[in-house]
Amino acid sequence: MTIDLKTIKHISKLSRISVDDKKAKKLAIDLNSIFNFIEKLNELNTDKVEPLTSVAATTLKFRTDVVKSKDIRSQILKNSPEDNEDFFVVPKVIE
Amino acid sequence: MSEITSLTLTELVKNIKEKKISSEEATKNFIERGEKSKQLNSYITNDFSSALKNAKNFDQKPNFNLKLPGIPIAVKDLFCTSGVKTTAGSKILSNFVPTYESTVTQNIWNEGAILLGKLNCDEFAMGSSNETSFFGNVQSPIDKDLVPGGSSGGSAAALAANLTPITIGTDTGGSIRQPASFTGTVGLKPTYGSCSRYGIVAFASSLDQAGPMSKNVKDCALLHEIISTYDEKDSTSIDFKRNEYSKELTNNIKGKKIGIPKEYRVEGMPKEIEDLWVKGIEYIKDCGAKIFEISLPHTNYALPAYYIVAPAEASSNLARYDGVKYGFRSKGENLIDMYEKTRSEGFGSEVQRRIMIGTYVLSSGYYDAYYLKAQKVRKLIKNDFDEAYKKVDAILTPSTPNSAFKIGEKTNDPVSMYLNDIFTVPINLAGLPAISIPAGLDVKGYPLGLQIIGKAFDEQNILNIAYAMEEKIAFKNKITDWWIK
Repeated sequence: MTIDLKTIKHISKLSRISVDDKKAKKLAIDLNSIFNFIEKLNELNTDKVEPLTSVAATTLKFRTDVVKSKDIRSQILKNSPEDNEDFFVVPKVIE
Repeated sequence: MSEITSLTLTELVKNIKEKKISSEEATKNFIERGEKSKQLNSYITNDFSSALKNAKNFDQKPNFNLKLPGIPIAVKDLFCTSGVKTTAGSKILSNFVPTYESTVTQNIWNEGAILLGKLNCDEFAMGSSNETSFFGNVQSPIDKDLVPGGSSGGSAAALAANLTPITIGTDTGGSIRQPASFTGTVGLKPTYGSCSRYGIVAFASSLDQAGPMSKNVKDCALLHEIISTYDEKDSTSIDFKRNEYSKELTNNIKGKKIGIPKEYRVEGMPKEIEDLWVKGIEYIKDCGAKIFEISLPHTNYALPAYYIVAPAEASSNLARYDGVKYGFRSKGENLIDMYEKTRSEGFGSEVQRRIMIGTYVLSSGYYDAYYLKAQKVRKLIKNDFDEAYKKVDAILTPSTPNSAFKIGEKTNDPVSMYLNDIFTVPINLAGLPAISIPAGLDVKGYPLGLQIIGKAFDEQNILNIAYAMEEKIAFKNKITDWWIK
């Protein structure tokens, strides 16, 4: 299997990472070499194997959802690239 | 008194408790050495002035009942530290100041430790050489041309160079054990669920674990008993009875059954690593433990499975970096354009590569062929260990298939870089604990490590085996302080 430039562009769109042609070419080379290596898994027949989704042999615990931090709005907004009073600012999304 | 910085943690704690050294004196010494060691680039952010203030405060009202009384410690820059910049080695987080503290770091401050600063690492812990950091690569204190390993490369370098008496790293596929092996230090990757992941910048959530890195096994046991706590803030934290690992540490391993997996004899492995392994087996026999040949038949499939599972989880975890609520933002013509430019300019090439791999293996039409397949192989790998542990108590292998390599040597070939983790990755996939201890030097004088893998939650046992072996090995690191002018 080979990953072509069209696929790279498609993945880059899904990943929300812009990729120009030069970068796409380099990525195609790298990804193909990595997927060649990954293909090794096809040597194994796994038809009857259950997938392992978690190594932790416990069921997830529930706890009550309580707010523990207080008045950190201004500290949180301080980390934002752009804010306006109590809001995060993003480029216009509605015409 | 420059020797303060070369003390082990246990010695430093003892000296402080006996009031032979004050916290301020210790902290000053580590700061001075840190200032003289800028060339190594092991710090991303230093917090020296606060550290000194905190040390003085400690000395005014000392509490010697604590386990880390006034001990200055630098940690990997993947742990969120409240009010102190936390970058994960990435441009996208280069100005991020957390409003909260990771549980693991909170645990060490609760025992009296003082933050010295945040240590360099591969970007989002993705790398085996500390060369993917936005803040530049780290030089190994072993030799100026060598990588310190990764992703906890800054931690390993700072520890080996005596810039911190002990440190904590994180290990997703070998990121504690491989740099420990490359720098002649001790590194423990705990059982999954042992140390809380709360407040650690996420890479691959089903694999990530924080763990101690230290100058010897005793220090490692002490730090582990402090950082390993049940935490309701991490839904995968496991509530089991934890030992007082340092108190229960013993070199008596008589009658323990140790497995030697034949699949770890890989093609092209240098003879000196094979020899070191044989020597390790002899040491274990000398301690009265018994050796068994075992088989872990799916070992060769661990790395390809890892390079599906880890990027898949990473692509999902890193979706949060969108330039809206925190971190770097690039200008865009509209929202989507802003997202795409932010992520293209904010992430480095290795991180982008892994997000792309992860996105691809999770995308429509490929999920079964890759992600589901990898999860099934992960099950086979775990079964291998379960089967082996019916016969043995622990497993001994080399930590890495080679000693430290040169800066730049593997940056153009991702697969050859990934192969570095061939002996460490299976352990993360199976969620087991493993420790790397320095076991010798190769012909060039570069450290080599041996890895002891345990049953889940059996950290005490592998610490004991490591402790017994450490005594026999009597490892001496060759570090010349070449970077101090």
